[in-house]
Amino acid sequence: MPARKSGWTHFPHGADIGLCGYGPTLETAFEQTALAMSATVTDPSWIQPRTSVRVECEAPDPELLLIDWLNALIFEMSTAGMLFGRFEVHIDGGRLSGTAWGEPVSRERHRPAVEVKGATYTALEVKRDGDGNWVARCVVDV
Amino acid sequence: MRVPVIIYGDEGLIRDMDEKVREQAVNVATLPGIVGASYAMPDAHWGYGFPIGGVAAFDPAEGGVISAGGVGFDISCGVRTLLTGIKRADIEPIKVQIADALFAAVPAGLGSTGRIRLSEQEMDAMLEGGAVWAVNQGYGREEDLDRIEEHGRMEGARADCVSERAKFRQRKEMGTLGSGNHYLEVQEVARLLDEKAGRAFGLAQGDVVIAIHCGSRGLGHQIGTEFLREMVIEDAKIGIHLPDRELACAPILSPLGERYLGAMRAGINCAFANRQIIGHLVRQALADILPGASLDLLFDVSHNTCKVETHAVDGVARELHVHRKGATRAFGPGNKSLAPVLRKTGQPVFVGGSMGTASWILAGTKESEARAFSSACHGAGRSMSRHQARKIWRGREIVDELSQRGIVIRSPSMRGVAEEAPHAYKDVSAVVEATHRAGLASKVAELRPLACIKG
Repeated sequence: MPARKSGWTHFPHGADIGLCGYGPTLETAFEQTALAMSATVTDPSWIQPRTSVRVECEAPDPELLLIDWLNALIFEMSTAGMLFGRFEVHIDGGRLSGTAWGEPVSRERHRPAVEVKGATYTALEVKRDGDGNWVARCVVDV
Repeated sequence: MRVPVIIYGDEGLIRDMDEKVREQAVNVATLPGIVGASYAMPDAHWGYGFPIGGVAAFDPAEGGVISAGGVGFDISCGVRTLLTGIKRADIEPIKVQIADALFAAVPAGLGSTGRIRLSEQEMDAMLEGGAVWAVNQGYGREEDLDRIEEHGRMEGARADCVSERAKFRQRKEMGTLGSGNHYLEVQEVARLLDEKAGRAFGLAQGDVVIAIHCGSRGLGHQIGTEFLREMVIEDAKIGIHLPDRELACAPILSPLGERYLGAMRAGINCAFANRQIIGHLVRQALADILPGASLDLLFDVSHNTCKVETHAVDGVARELHVHRKGATRAFGPGNKSLAPVLRKTGQPVFVGGSMGTASWILAGTKESEARAFSSACHGAGRSMSRHQARKIWRGREIVDELSQRGIVIRSPSMRGVAEEAPHAYKDVSAVVEATHRAGLASKVAELRPLACIKG
């Protein structure tokens, strides 16, 4: 069996940005997608894990759960002025509980490129690929 | 498909359009109660649900729907243009000072917050009062209101349909520009192509104008997020088949449809109030530097909305819910909703460029109603993803290159500047030419940027 890696990429979208996270479990794929979202704003390695927030969501299917997870983070980023660089997700059926570590956005250190407005249902997919890896993807509006 | 798809553009624009534009316009054509056709404007590109540049009208009496995806996250994002009555030559020596003053006065980019905080009651009053509320609070002038769509206040807005989370997300964002493709630009009328319309609009060759491009900020984003989710789940229950979940919609005549309309209209008012406040900040910032500038409002357009309008379809007047996603309303001459001073020429239509490129002012035409429910393009449209743009350019290089061309750029983010590089957008002139030739709106003036604040 091939080694199961985790990671994230961006895929091109006409006006906005596509996020893709993958990993050996659904949880890691969701964590990596969140990291891909932070990377639309800044280099995630520039974000210090100084404080954390907890996020809970519940949805009828894994795709909606991904959207809910990302939108919950977008809400925290927007209202608390935070950026997040590390994530931990637990999924139990349709329920997700997650923790995001980060710090308040600094225009000098993070040089934020865009503001994420919302996670969309465009190119939305949560599935296992041929190697058994979980892949989660969608487009975010920036 | 319930209706045909009609895409406007010249051969080159249509050839270069993403295949997704066709796919998304076809998807829109399958929605219940759609009337006439699913349209794509010449600047159409791959959006989410609807193409950006998509226009579609729905009849409630025929089971027509309202789509949260068809309006988008940035509800009532739009452009407001202020006249100065000052010539370019007069501001040339102080251009940098003007850019710095505007950059200091108008919060721009991620991490910036406005100085205005609204109480719960004030927030609700803003959501139901729009720019009228803002003027009553001392932001701007009474006469501005005649030059805003809906006279600055969207009827039917319901603050009680907007969630506490959406209001909370807005609490530090009144009077902020946002980021991405939003901007505040000082422009010169480089070419006046329609003298008569130019006179009516108060434009002369060489005049300096100021354009503000932004929307309903966090409040609109949150309304879009929440109603999209609710509609996606509800559609599965009530058997509305969606070719793309982003098209999530609700029958206009349903409790969910009515609640979304109330919230979306509150989002429109938030955008009106936001641009009204920013217009006021611009006037304040320039009062000492450009004491002779009139800073009268030319007009304020929205390009992510759903509005109830009466249009003739096959010779019969029908009341329709017209979605414009990345498309500008372009009412023609004689339209009664326009202020008398604009009624002869048609509604001003603003087509934004991207930093180094031209912007345009057009006027709505009579033919536009039959062409696409009185709609026109809204901007150049991207030709390249942000990802690609960032690989090719560095923000600093773009700023230096534009500086050599006499354009001052101020932005909190060089990466943001790279992603918004002028060459990452389509040729706006081709988009405008196609819009003009198709009769969607007619050319009035070409504007060149002098200074740009990028969010």
